[in-house]
Amino acid sequence: MTVFAHELRLQQLIFWRNRESAVFVFVFPPMLFLLLGAVYDGTIDGVPAADRLLVGIIGYGCANTTFGGLAITLVLRRESGVLKRLRATPLPPATYLAAILTSTLLVFLLQMAVTVTLGVVLYDARGAESWAAMLPVVLLGGIAFAGLGFGVASLIRSAEGSSAVVNLIILPMAFLSGSFGPTGSYPEVLQAVADVLPLTYLIDLIEAAYLRGEHLTSDPGAVAVLVAWGAAGYVVAARRFGWEPRER
Amino acid sequence: MAGLRKSYDGVEALRGIDFDVRTGEVFGLLGPNGAGKTTTVEILEGYRPRDAGDVRVLGVDPWQSAAAHRERVGVVLQHSELPPTLSVREVHRMFAGYYEGPRDVDEVIELVGLSGKRDARVKTLSGGQKRRLDLGVALVGDPELVFLDEPTTGFDPSARRTAWELVRALRSLGKTILLTTHYLDEAQQLADRVAVIREGELVRIGTPQELIGVAPKVEIRYRDGAREVVLETDEPTRVLAELTTAAVAAGRELEALEVRRPTLEDVYLELVDTVEGA
Repeated sequence: MTVFAHELRLQQLIFWRNRESAVFVFVFPPMLFLLLGAVYDGTIDGVPAADRLLVGIIGYGCANTTFGGLAITLVLRRESGVLKRLRATPLPPATYLAAILTSTLLVFLLQMAVTVTLGVVLYDARGAESWAAMLPVVLLGGIAFAGLGFGVASLIRSAEGSSAVVNLIILPMAFLSGSFGPTGSYPEVLQAVADVLPLTYLIDLIEAAYLRGEHLTSDPGAVAVLVAWGAAGYVVAARRFGWEPRER
Repeated sequence: MAGLRKSYDGVEALRGIDFDVRTGEVFGLLGPNGAGKTTTVEILEGYRPRDAGDVRVLGVDPWQSAAAHRERVGVVLQHSELPPTLSVREVHRMFAGYYEGPRDVDEVIELVGLSGKRDARVKTLSGGQKRRLDLGVALVGDPELVFLDEPTTGFDPSARRTAWELVRALRSLGKTILLTTHYLDEAQQLADRVAVIREGELVRIGTPQELIGVAPKVEIRYRDGAREVVLETDEPTRVLAELTTAAVAAGRELEALEVRRPTLEDVYLELVDTVEGA
């Protein structure tokens, strides 16, 4: 077994063993979907409500899992000294981070599968028009948001504050970007803010792929914005990421 | 290691430290808190670069050849945690997977005395058991050299005895061990040689015996009526002979006569206090 496979297996084991991460990261988005699905009925913008909601919730799940869950996990491990201890082993740092990234993407993909299945079974959702179009979109989204996760984890100074900081970013972003319903009726100022948020563009891409079966290539502008945000995250991480607890 | 220097934000933490650790020995770095023990060890472990000096660990520069170095070195940090939801055995297997030639996981668990806790989750272990887990994890890669940074700080006396037994067991396995401590008895019990550091400088190095040998004078105490007499001398035999001869001649008894050789503790306190008092 390669070191990468070894580490990936461990990351999965640790994730599912930890009740907090399993609940807040994995269960939360499908749970929100169940609640929203019970409220919205019929169609939204001419699309079955459940499918329209799924588009937004998949985007939210992506941010919550690959950005939020990853950032909090990294900060907790750094501050408790787990990362520092790993640094003293021959495990290459890049292998470790790649295993974390891959593990996070797996969790997100599984979460998406569960959420869509719930929609199909409980709320008569039709499911994605093309999963072949969906997969590259959600992988791009996951990798980009993980970049932001690595970046934000590098900037957060303490374990206590990590969850607050991360939720302060995710919840308003998800609301503004249309994770919990259409944003057409939002005031212009809020829509202008939404126009720079990466989640807005991820949800656009998910909508195109999920509802209309359109591939990534149909909206290069949205792809460029996501790539730019993700790259910014990785650049910050490359410069600021530390393996040792921050003293202050 | 020669002329090791390190500053943080312009404050000199290490001001030229030199020592060699020989293969198979237990080497103690002794000093008060803030003396620079951990900084020294963390440079040797490859955690941080130095400002100046020549450092070789197992023949390589720990900062330059990190990967090769880490394969052969085991580390117990002063503060670190392991994934709380994994079991003792899972954590050992986790670390075993990082090394090319790991030891048998169950053997290591046995060695550190955690066989009874093999399937217990890390978060359920006591402080002493966690420390033994740290040690087991440090040994699982079958290192030649083991760093122990204050391995028994915060232990109760019986847990310390157990930990000492473990260090002796490691030594008998042929491991080279560098341990830091601020406990004198620990250095005296475990170390073949001891280096005393104070304020980033190495003030004395040698076997515990040598350290006691070079330093302070022998103390002779007795009571002369109501007066307590304390003599410090390099020549206890002569002084004692004179005293006793005079006393016998006068038909007196030297009451409460006591001749005391310094312990490592006396030496250490003297070394550590010399400059602070000045």
